[in-house]
Amino acid sequence: MKRKYADLHVCPDLGNDEHVARMIRKTSELGYQLMAIPVPQSLPEEKMRTLQDVCGEYKIDFASRVDLRPRTSNELIRSLRKLRRRFEIIAVTCESKNVARQAAKDRRVDLLSFPGHDWRRGFFDKAEAELASNALGCLEIDLKSLLTLEGPARIRLLSSLRREAATAEDFHVPIVVSSGASNELLMRKPREAAALTSLFDLDKGSALEAISKNPMAIVKRNREKLSPKFVAPGIRLIRRGKDC
Amino acid sequence: MKRTRRRYLGLKIDCDETFDSREFMSAVWDAVLRLYGEYGASRAGLALIDYDAAKKLVILRTSHTTVRMVRAALASITKVQDRPVAVHVLAVSGTIRALSEKMTRKHT
Repeated sequence: MKRKYADLHVCPDLGNDEHVARMIRKTSELGYQLMAIPVPQSLPEEKMRTLQDVCGEYKIDFASRVDLRPRTSNELIRSLRKLRRRFEIIAVTCESKNVARQAAKDRRVDLLSFPGHDWRRGFFDKAEAELASNALGCLEIDLKSLLTLEGPARIRLLSSLRREAATAEDFHVPIVVSSGASNELLMRKPREAAALTSLFDLDKGSALEAISKNPMAIVKRNREKLSPKFVAPGIRLIRRGKDC
Repeated sequence: MKRTRRRYLGLKIDCDETFDSREFMSAVWDAVLRLYGEYGASRAGLALIDYDAAKKLVILRTSHTTVRMVRAALASITKVQDRPVAVHVLAVSGTIRALSEKMTRKHT
C-alpha cells in the first residue's frame, strides 16, 4: 500500500490569505496528503473553515493544531482543559523542566517540542522519555532550524537531535518529523525530509514512519476521540434507536 | 575490479532566478562538504550530467551507496550565490534513459 505523508507543522502567515494558499498548494505539490497549520487559540470558526476549504481545493487533508508555550505546569493543565476538545493536535513547546515533565506524562498532549537551537533547553532526557512512553506524546523534530542554521550552531543542533532521537527510540517514543516552514523554499519532499534525518542517525524505516505513520496515527486517534460517536478508547456508538 | 553501480538523480531547482551550472554545482559541493567532509564527498562520486537552465532541471550522477547522503545534502541547500533556493529530487534511476522517462512522466 502506498504510504501517506503528513507535515504537521506548516507555518504560513495567517494574515496573508495568498501566502496561506501558496503554502498549502506547495505542500500538496510536494506529495503530502495531510497538513497541520498552527492557529491561534482564538481563531474564529469561519477562518478555520476557510483553511479547510483551501486545503480541500488542493486535495490535501487539513488538521487543526495549536501550539502551547506555557511557563508553568499549572498553566499547561489549564490550557489543555480548555483546548483539548477544540483542536485535533496539541503541541507543547517545553521551555522548562517542569513543563516538560507535565507535558510528557499528560495523555492530552500529542507533540513535545524542544527549542533545538538552545542546547541548554534540551529537556528530553531518559526520565522525560520514560514518562512520554507511558502517555501518548510524540517527540516533534522541526527541519527548519536544520536548514537555516550554519556552522557551530548547526553542529550543536545535530548533536542534540542525535541524542534526543536515540533516547526516543530506546524508550519507544514515536518521533514526528515536520518542516516548521514559514516559506515555500524551506519545504522539502517527504523523501528529502527522511534523508535529512540521516544527519542525526535515524534509520530509513524510522525516518519514513516519522513523516507518515506516526503523524497519521495522531490525527486518526484524535479525530476518533473528537467524534460524537466516541465513548471511550475502543468503544464507540454504532447506532442509536429503540432496538439497541 | 568490481564495477561501481551508479544512480542518476533528476532534480528540479525551485527558484525565481536563474544561474549557471557552475554556480549550482558549487552549491552542491559546498553542501556535501559541509555535511560529510572531504571523505564523504570523495565517496559520493558526484558528476553533473545535464543542466537545463531554462526548465531548471538537472541530472546528477552519484554512487548507489551514497544516494541518501546526496539527497540529504541537496535538501540542505537553501541558497545558491546568496539567492534563496530549494532543490527537489524528482526521480532516481539506474540509467539515464529510465530517469528521463520518469522525469517526463512527473514533469508533464
